[in-house]
Amino acid sequence: MSALRFFRTHQAEIFAATLQHMTLVLIAMVIAIAIGVPLGMLIVRRPALRSLALAVASVFQTIPSLALFGFLIPIPFLGGIGRRTAVVALVLYALLPILRNTYVGLTGIDPAVLESAEAMGMTQSQILLRVRLPLALSVILAGIRTATVITIGVATIAAAIGAGGLGTFIFRGVAMVSDAVILAGAVPAAALALLADGLLALLERRLKVS
Amino acid sequence: MSTEMNVKMEQDPAAIRFSGVSYRIKGIAGRPILKNVSLEVRPGDAVVLLGRSGSGKTTLLRLVNRLLLPSDGQVVVAGRLTSAWDEIQLRRGIGYVIQEAGLFPHFTVAQNIGLVPGLLGWPADRIAARVNEMLQLVGLEPREFSPRRPRELSGGQRQRVGVARALAADPPILLMDEPFGALDPVTRAELQREFAALAKRLAKTIVFVTHDLREALLLGSRIVLLQAGQIVAAAAPQEFLRIDHPEVRAFAASLLTAPGAPA
Repeated sequence: MSALRFFRTHQAEIFAATLQHMTLVLIAMVIAIAIGVPLGMLIVRRPALRSLALAVASVFQTIPSLALFGFLIPIPFLGGIGRRTAVVALVLYALLPILRNTYVGLTGIDPAVLESAEAMGMTQSQILLRVRLPLALSVILAGIRTATVITIGVATIAAAIGAGGLGTFIFRGVAMVSDAVILAGAVPAAALALLADGLLALLERRLKVS
Repeated sequence: MSTEMNVKMEQDPAAIRFSGVSYRIKGIAGRPILKNVSLEVRPGDAVVLLGRSGSGKTTLLRLVNRLLLPSDGQVVVAGRLTSAWDEIQLRRGIGYVIQEAGLFPHFTVAQNIGLVPGLLGWPADRIAARVNEMLQLVGLEPREFSPRRPRELSGGQRQRVGVARALAADPPILLMDEPFGALDPVTRAELQREFAALAKRLAKTIVFVTHDLREALLLGSRIVLLQAGQIVAAAAPQEFLRIDHPEVRAFAASLLTAPGAPA
């Protein structure tokens, strides 16, 4: 069966899986950003917490994704079979690039600018909100972009624990030894990743202050 | 000195007073950066802190707006110890200009200059008027320069904006740390001359850090020479070169060899 024919005959199913995939990624990214960016802001002022947070986030990145999904299944509340477990795993993967870039962006600001801000009588929170964050925004966004691309890829494996998405086709295709079915999952996933990467790169360039 | 400190602080005639000030970096043993420095800066004075790199002049400057606190001794600004000041209030009353200007790259020129007035809660129309006034004061056409970003300015223009920003809220004290040090010689000479005229007109208390004796002679009403964290000479510009001290002679010798020095 040719890949094109499979695409045509399974259009609705592929479309539904793509939507499911996007939803999964979107939920994971929103949570990862909600944790990663504030945590990144926090560790700028807390060196002790800094190494711990970055180390923990790095460790999660080194665990093979299939293994991480497996580890999560027996854990109460977070684990089990299905979408919730997948979201937890994806958040853990997405966290490091967001956390690291937030930290790097906030600390990589021209010292003369920070000294001026302090010397002009800005409070620490004014410096954070009006100087550090706006100047770090493009770097933070670059982290979000990396995390999004990773998450779109890793999310295909979430199908292994019953979270649905485009991975369903890939696993089915592997089992059936059918390239066409594998491609039905892989091509939309790759397209999603490219699209997200391009859009976020565009946004990143617009926010960049030189 | 202790009798001096017994004077009621509110009646202190000095704008800035250092009394037996030492500064050393915490946890690092060895020679302190400043050692037992006493200095009085009267209102309207333009004191130039002159010295080689590492002589402690920038550290002395940063004690004034409490970017640093002294390890020993006291720094009094406007009759109150810097440690007793609310640091935010203290800094909003002190203009600060540094070598790299430190303009906010994501702000326009107008936003940079209007920053401290904004922090002080001035209404928008008063800030806008003040920004125009300040730009004219430093020789930049307001309509042309207000909307620009710092990256669209030359080095000299950036320093002009830096000075305008420091003066915007009309602070009684102005601190300047080698503000013209990174400029090309022609632009530097231009800005030095203009600033000398401006400083006379504004009658601010100015503390100016430099390693350039020519600049010190041009801008200072008093020159204070630092060496290895201590004041070794202090005099009005007319008398400064006559002081018999090896470090003064070393600086005087630099005049003769400096490029563009008068013959």
